[in-house]
Amino acid sequence: MTVKQYKDVIITPLIKENPITLQILGICSALAVTSSLSVTLVMCVALTCVVSFSNLFISIIRNYIPTSVRIIVQMTIIASLVIVVDELLKAYDYETSKKLSVFVGLIITNCIVMGRAEAFAMKEKPLISFMDGLGNGLGYSIILIAVATVRELFGAGTLLGYEILPLVSNGGWYPANNLLLLPPSSFILIGFMIWGIRTFQKDQVEPNDFKLQKHANAPDLTKRESNA
Amino acid sequence: MLEHYLSIFVTTVFIENIALSVFLGMCTFIAISKKIDAAFGLGVAVIVVCLITVPLNNFIYNSILKEGALAWAGLPDVNLEFVGLISYIGVIAAAVQILEMFLDRFVPALYNALGVFLPLITVNCAILGATLFMVEKDLKFGESVVYGLGAGVGWAMAIVVLAGIREKLKYSDIPEGLQGLGITFLIVGLMSFGFMSFGGISL
Repeated sequence: MTVKQYKDVIITPLIKENPITLQILGICSALAVTSSLSVTLVMCVALTCVVSFSNLFISIIRNYIPTSVRIIVQMTIIASLVIVVDELLKAYDYETSKKLSVFVGLIITNCIVMGRAEAFAMKEKPLISFMDGLGNGLGYSIILIAVATVRELFGAGTLLGYEILPLVSNGGWYPANNLLLLPPSSFILIGFMIWGIRTFQKDQVEPNDFKLQKHANAPDLTKRESNA
Repeated sequence: MLEHYLSIFVTTVFIENIALSVFLGMCTFIAISKKIDAAFGLGVAVIVVCLITVPLNNFIYNSILKEGALAWAGLPDVNLEFVGLISYIGVIAAAVQILEMFLDRFVPALYNALGVFLPLITVNCAILGATLFMVEKDLKFGESVVYGLGAGVGWAMAIVVLAGIREKLKYSDIPEGLQGLGITFLIVGLMSFGFMSFGGISL
């Protein structure tokens, strides 16, 4: 393993093969926890830790896992890690843990963790698997942090709880866009983010299944306009 | 009594729809909603698994894991809540495996129809999410049966509706970068805004 390979597995998942915008993995939590930046940061750290360490441990014992029961074995390792994270959070940051409610537990079924364990850690050496987990965790974090920044800044005028844009209700000039605080807005934001990424990464564009055919008797729209 | 159960059901299907209000099971929701048939098969599988695992986990939580629940075994001080996550996922994985074998043996037609979706359900966060919400709401056993059914039906309904919209989308002219995943995100966003209109209703 060369240094370059390590660098590659960390950097490619950031934009090029981002788990959320390309591989459609781990979307659930991306939507529900992004209304405030501080909660999002905790979630990102939790997920990155779980995905890196689950990759590491699964990769260490990969040669001893029988293929037929591998899902259960992976689940057990992941679930144990998530329990550790959950208990730590409850002990040291109870407020955030309450806000995240079931979403810490749901890291178990976060497809990024399972997906990377299955696709990478079962085949590769421990150290590089750890790096791959780190890269994917960071790729996930980038999207989440971007969404959370937009939502908190324009939705509530604050970042990490500090006022950036003074709100009208507090005597400032910025009328808060409450729409962004509603959870569905994160879908729209991620949708536009995908559009943005794909404008520059042409190879990610999914071809349309069907081509639009011009109607045989289509009226010439340019003509009609000049008549009117 | 019946009214109480009915209100739990309607609340879980519409007001707290597990896909469009709390966003669980999104990965499969978006990945397997290109065709109505596949979406419907997956929806049915989710309903069945939810209906089995949520009450089962409720039983385990109330009789073993909850603080003081082991009093019947002479251990009133034991609180096993910290192993909750691992036991719930174990129950779900086991239930899915058993259901798969059962269907294979007794209802091969349904087994073939569900195909690859059954094993996928273990890692569907909608199922684990329903269990975790059930624990958080501290439901009784009877309520948890209704809650499990409602969660499954709500999710199934949402994915079938999305698949219907996506089938129609084949005929639209979508900008290049938005094709596929991008436009699906926008649609789901709009759908879930629509579902928020149920939010004001309290039963």
